[in-house]
Amino acid sequence: MLGRVESSYDVVVVGGGPAGMAAALGARDSGCERVLILDREPEAGGILLQCIHSGFGLHYFKEELTGPEYAERFFERTLDHDIDILPDSYVSGVAIDSDGTKSVRVLNSERGLSTVQTRSVVLAMGCRERTRGSVRIPGTRPAGIMTAGLAQKLVNMRGLLPGRRVAILGSGDIGLIMARRLVLEGCDVAGVFELMPYSNGLTRNVVQCLDDFGIPLHLSTTVAYIDGRDRVERITVAPVDDTLAPIMGRSRDVECDTLLFSIGLIPENELSQSLGIELDVVTGGPLVSSTLETSMPGMFACGNVLHVHDLVDFVTQESLRAGRFAGEWAQGLRRPKDNIQLLPGDNVRYCVPHTLSPERDHTIYLRCKQAMAPCYIRVGNILEKKLRFVVPAEMIMLNLSPSLLEKFHGDSLRIDITEAGGKETS
Amino acid sequence: MYDVAIIGGGVIGCAIARELSRFHIRTVLLERNAEVGFGTTKTNSGIIHAGHHDSADTLKGRLVVSGSLMFDQLAQELNFGFRRIGELVVARGDEEVGTLEKLKALGDEKGVPGLEIWDAKRLRREEPNLSHKLVAALHAPSAGVINPYEFAFALIESAVTNGLELLVDSPVLDIDAGKDRLTLHLPEGKTIEAGFVLNCAGVFSDKVAGMVGLEDFSIRPRKGEEYMLDKRLEGLVRRLVFPVPTKTSKGILVIPTFDGTIMVGPTAEDTDDRYDLATTYEGSEKVFGFIRDICPSITIKDTITEFAGLRAVSSTNDFVIGPTRVRGFINVAGIQSPGLTAAPAIAIHTREILQAEGLVMQPKDDFDPVVAGPPRFATLQTDEQKALVESDPLFGKIACRCELVTEAEIHHAIDHGARTLDGIKFRSRAGMGRCQGGFCTSRCMDILSERLEVPLEEVTKRGGDSWMVTPMQNEQHPPSTGEED
Repeated sequence: MLGRVESSYDVVVVGGGPAGMAAALGARDSGCERVLILDREPEAGGILLQCIHSGFGLHYFKEELTGPEYAERFFERTLDHDIDILPDSYVSGVAIDSDGTKSVRVLNSERGLSTVQTRSVVLAMGCRERTRGSVRIPGTRPAGIMTAGLAQKLVNMRGLLPGRRVAILGSGDIGLIMARRLVLEGCDVAGVFELMPYSNGLTRNVVQCLDDFGIPLHLSTTVAYIDGRDRVERITVAPVDDTLAPIMGRSRDVECDTLLFSIGLIPENELSQSLGIELDVVTGGPLVSSTLETSMPGMFACGNVLHVHDLVDFVTQESLRAGRFAGEWAQGLRRPKDNIQLLPGDNVRYCVPHTLSPERDHTIYLRCKQAMAPCYIRVGNILEKKLRFVVPAEMIMLNLSPSLLEKFHGDSLRIDITEAGGKETS
Repeated sequence: MYDVAIIGGGVIGCAIARELSRFHIRTVLLERNAEVGFGTTKTNSGIIHAGHHDSADTLKGRLVVSGSLMFDQLAQELNFGFRRIGELVVARGDEEVGTLEKLKALGDEKGVPGLEIWDAKRLRREEPNLSHKLVAALHAPSAGVINPYEFAFALIESAVTNGLELLVDSPVLDIDAGKDRLTLHLPEGKTIEAGFVLNCAGVFSDKVAGMVGLEDFSIRPRKGEEYMLDKRLEGLVRRLVFPVPTKTSKGILVIPTFDGTIMVGPTAEDTDDRYDLATTYEGSEKVFGFIRDICPSITIKDTITEFAGLRAVSSTNDFVIGPTRVRGFINVAGIQSPGLTAAPAIAIHTREILQAEGLVMQPKDDFDPVVAGPPRFATLQTDEQKALVESDPLFGKIACRCELVTEAEIHHAIDHGARTLDGIKFRSRAGMGRCQGGFCTSRCMDILSERLEVPLEEVTKRGGDSWMVTPMQNEQHPPSTGEED
């Protein structure tokens, strides 16, 4: 029930975005009666609420929904399943008793500072955007520099424009979507500038948001300088060399009053870190077992706080599973510990989860380091699949069944992506 | 008609304003920006020097020592963050050890307390993360750090509480020097008359002096770039670390700021552009290249934000403080490093000049020296936090999750003078953390818009033309907020 809080729960979910709502549903599905979602925003739904474009749900619902529609379906389900949701609530800590009971410290303007007892916790805090500071662009610091996500919030939730002539650094999905959104609102979008030789967003977004609107995408190009006293007046863009350093001799100025950053997302793990949960330096998310349990027993993680996903449908699938595992844990079910380490090998940037157990089905999420087409993906010597192509912007999902793993007797499995012989064009 | 008009609301103007507010005189402060402290002050390194860097032959060398000693009482009265963390001047080779000894002798002579030379072993023990190639260090325990903008905000609040009139967005365009008064011309035909004018205009102080025909000094700004590092490095270095100084600068430093974040910089490059606040590739290369030899674990990768500020370096290379041949026009100019440290001493020195020039001042019996300072929810114990939320539910609403700033603190900032997003940020820390305002900006804009009773389109980052949003061209969209039509 919205706004209801009891003093103790089976599962408490931190975050009310798509990951949190699915995790709560997963926990209910496992048989837990008492499930609570703590959300820091006034309304559950997370970033979906500002994503008014369509394209959500194609995998999960087999239909195309907008972000708010996708969120609403889950919100309705959480209410139907008698899940408690407390909005405007900030989780400032979790204390763990010797018997494994957890006290979640919650700050809420109506309830003050209080604690909620629970058996297990699911971390679903999502991610945040990288900023100018993380890429180091010299110049001045006028108004008109913001992340694409903030611009999206201003446009879609407030009906206000971040500026009139806009340049976008980075081709992450939010940047691509905002390029189109701003053109639709009558802004002049000077172009999308991407440091890497490939787009960081989904191919479908490059086509539907840039190509269809005649917005130029400048690959291997960066913003080398920002100028303007009170407000952005112009930026200097330059192609980059092999070391990704700008070639200033070939730079040019672009007049604009706004520069948006869409240069990547970072899982928001300040809470996890304060609890001493171990993180993967590559994903920025917790190290998790095959039950999506972190290094702290009874604490689970899913969605973008675990690793950044490109489709919400995958967040939902992963989070339903995390919620089920958290629910089982709350009911006292302890599975055998994982005994296989999963290792990223050739052209694999990361894989999640970090360990496996041979007795059940697994879903493995991974990303490649660089584009390849066509290629083989191999998991140790137990699985080999040919893929038409891999690109860093698109997450790869693999299913491993117990029948594959029962033949395996080692203690670590390496995943490699290698080129499938012959010369082919992509 | 005012007794005194102060031109410039940097830390110097603010410190003088507070000093004068102790007396029964009518004082006005004119600031060209939307808020005080938005010029050089905001970009200052925030160091309260021990006083051994500058020779006692200079005015700055004399005022720095007395200024430094005043900070303990000031921090107690005004509740800005201040901590004497100590500083080290480190020698990178045996040839620099001699300079350390000279600096120590200079400091001992000036009465700088507790100066001590540490050998490499002692240095390693006290600061294990500094380069092991450093051979010795001069330790000055009385050096400290403050947040310079908080200091300026607290000074002006104290002054206003005690009767100062503050006019922001008020650049002085021209000055007429009359027989018994000076007339200051402001935009839109507004004028201000005062018996005395204090020129505290920082990098523009020579221009202001020029308005009354004085050309005895000029200002050439010297730009300094600073790089703020991720909280991950908190505690890496516990004291301020200086290299052996050169003629133009105290060098590139490691600064553990009051809030615990480490900052490195500043550079020192002369510039002719008084608005040149750009950071550069050259600057970051210089800073991180230099710091590598001092503290090897600091790399550019940890930068979360960077900024530049301008030092108001005068052609005399010293502070320019005193009356001029224009009756009533007094310079308090050329205040470069260690100007922040010297500020309270400069304020008293300036007040004495005013008295010597014939301004009669009766002390106020009811001068209130105390400014409570902003609440800092994030730094409080659980019980204190609980009590605050009970007293005001807005303490239960987090606005900035990176720095754990509550909405109550945003309101407090506005109650105490914030008129812009930067004003909120520098008072409450909302937007200073890792996400750099990605999440809290729109909430802070909403609160500013409500409190100032202006539409969101008129909310600015730091005044002037620094607007944040513009209305949609398209009419079919809903209004920008519920409150507006």
